[in-house]
Amino acid sequence: MSKENQLLEEITGTEYKYGFSSDIETETAPKGLDEGTVRFISNKKNEPEWMLELRLKAFRYWLTLEEPRHWAHIEYPRIDFQDIIYYAAPKKNKELKSLDEVDPELLATFAKLGISLEEQKRLSGVQSTIAVDAVIDSVSVKTTFKETLAEKGIIFCSFSEAVQEHPELIKQYMGSVVPYTDNYYAALNAAVFSDGSFCYIPKGVRCPMELSTYFRINTSGTGQFERTLIVADEGAYVSYLEGCTAPMRDENQLHAAVVEIITHKDAEVKYSTVQNWYPGDKEGKGGIYNFVTKRGICLGDNSKISWTQVETGSAITWKYPSVILKGNNSVGAFYSVAVTNNKQQADTGTKMIHLGRNTRSTIISKGISAGFSNNSYRGLVRIAKGATNARNHSQCDSLLMGDKCGAHTFPYIEIKDKTAIVEHEATTSKIGEDQIFYCNQRGIETEKAVALIVNGYCKEVLNQLPMEFAVEAQKLLAISLEGSVG
Amino acid sequence: MLTIKNLKAGIADKEILKGFNLSVKPGEVHAIMGPNGSGKSTLANVLAGKPEYTVTDGEVLFAGKDLLDLSPEDRAREGLFLAFQYPVEIPGVSNINFLKTAIAEIRQYKGLPPMEAKDFLKLVKEKQALVELQVTLANRSVNEGFSGGEKKRNEIFQMAVLEPALAILDETDSGLDIDALRIVANGVNKLRSDNRSFIVITHYQRLLEYIVPDFVHVMYEGRIVKSGTKELALELEEKGYDWIKKELSQQVEA
Repeated sequence: MSKENQLLEEITGTEYKYGFSSDIETETAPKGLDEGTVRFISNKKNEPEWMLELRLKAFRYWLTLEEPRHWAHIEYPRIDFQDIIYYAAPKKNKELKSLDEVDPELLATFAKLGISLEEQKRLSGVQSTIAVDAVIDSVSVKTTFKETLAEKGIIFCSFSEAVQEHPELIKQYMGSVVPYTDNYYAALNAAVFSDGSFCYIPKGVRCPMELSTYFRINTSGTGQFERTLIVADEGAYVSYLEGCTAPMRDENQLHAAVVEIITHKDAEVKYSTVQNWYPGDKEGKGGIYNFVTKRGICLGDNSKISWTQVETGSAITWKYPSVILKGNNSVGAFYSVAVTNNKQQADTGTKMIHLGRNTRSTIISKGISAGFSNNSYRGLVRIAKGATNARNHSQCDSLLMGDKCGAHTFPYIEIKDKTAIVEHEATTSKIGEDQIFYCNQRGIETEKAVALIVNGYCKEVLNQLPMEFAVEAQKLLAISLEGSVG
Repeated sequence: MLTIKNLKAGIADKEILKGFNLSVKPGEVHAIMGPNGSGKSTLANVLAGKPEYTVTDGEVLFAGKDLLDLSPEDRAREGLFLAFQYPVEIPGVSNINFLKTAIAEIRQYKGLPPMEAKDFLKLVKEKQALVELQVTLANRSVNEGFSGGEKKRNEIFQMAVLEPALAILDETDSGLDIDALRIVANGVNKLRSDNRSFIVITHYQRLLEYIVPDFVHVMYEGRIVKSGTKELALELEEKGYDWIKKELSQQVEA
């Protein structure tokens, strides 16, 4: 074997670091989906009647829909929705009063993922602390720093808990940005959603720490359908992080989440995702189908929403974090790095819907394709009539590594107001052997060179991430692309 | 320092170096001149280990090691530096970050502890002055949006920071105006020392007025056909390469 081949072999052998599964005693719903399943989930969560009604309405609507199969640039076999377990929860005998009562195996699982469920300050001192809502399969197992946040009037809890404790807020906001009628997976999610995070920042409050939700799929055969709802009241600010991993399994597992963000006047929400679901093996076997609807609305004047995403995982990623710019002078942003390697497929982008006056949006999308993967950017910029002086700047760059992968750009632009200024820039480039050799010649090995070049290429997006997440994302990019250059 | 014996190499099936011999001792500056297509840049690339080139015969010893057996990065870590004829751009990667990574890798290879941040910054500042490189350039992305002259100066700047044992300058003078040429040459001269050698590849005698070589070699059809001192460069400038070619064909006839 030549030296190069040997190296390649070694590197592509690098396993998905989070691929372990935990032996946690789990309670599941029977496989399959009917009204009984919906009632089962609602019952498990001890939900009020109105919530069940909402689920059933969504479920009945979902039954009337066809599985969308054609418009996205992805290919996969038809999903058997009767072959999925819609609810899986770590067993517990009683309500947890403290962390000591959490199954040690669960704590170990999160510790292994680098997530601390203990509320100790970090030793490094520089970093601010992060409050975490840890969701495993269908339930939230622990939300940290709840009390500290409550002192400021901030509500940060699992979605299930919010349904019980803050029904008025849930009734008011849930489905206000992504109604169940929005699309196939939004309807499915509204019917069977299990858990997720709820966050409310009251008027004038700047959230003192990063809030984050960590999603973990553990049980085989389950789908994860979480719902996240973030509401920032007038003048409030919060930075929110989301991370996800799953064990390595041969089967494809479905993850169909809904995230809604509402910002009132002068409020700002920054939502960052590092998505690292199991991508399947080199042959494309297994991996998560990540079909997600994420949308925010800048309801009030001068409000801001930004989505920053680093997408390296999942067998298929299908998501378009969007912003509806309703308030005047509101600002929307989408910063994305999507990496696909081996046989991964991604069709991702954003929608910026300008309704208010002087609204501004920025789209920066960096797609990186390697191996036999396909990576598409799909984005819509719509300027409604009356959205005077709206501005959009879009920049979509694609980077190709090797000659077996594909990069595609599908920009849609709809302008109904003649005062609008919309710019779209797109580039496609190949990672040059010359660039790699140049790095080699300065003593930098190929793996590091690729990481350096790719991180440089994604810099504008990575700069948007909170410090700690950015470091994590840089490492993740390097790992995802290992072995993609021979 | 460097011994090249009967080196044969090329691209695809085309042999370009046809039995190249050269010996460079520590502290020496060798200039390699020759007409277009004589194999000068191939020599630089083969020594640096560019993957497209295949070596078919010969041996190269560098600091007591079999150079051809080393990966390109290990050659660099052993102290071989190539100032590229066409330096590439790496968008989004600052020069500083690039050099920091390079130094870290080289030191790790040598079993040295990582360089302290303040020592690194001091080093960078000192070497910047050497090639009159503006601070802003050092903070910008590697070669991105640099003028031709700035790119070449940046190569010399990198060389100064990495402090190689052997530096190969591949037509560093091409595309430089007279001021840039002077700056680049000054940079090189300041880096000359008893234990650092240079191979200066150039078309023109002009550069050699600034960087005075110990030896001048003329390359033609993949090997050195004439060697001499700096006077040889002047003679070439005056008579052109045809004189060499003619002399060669006469030798063959005889």
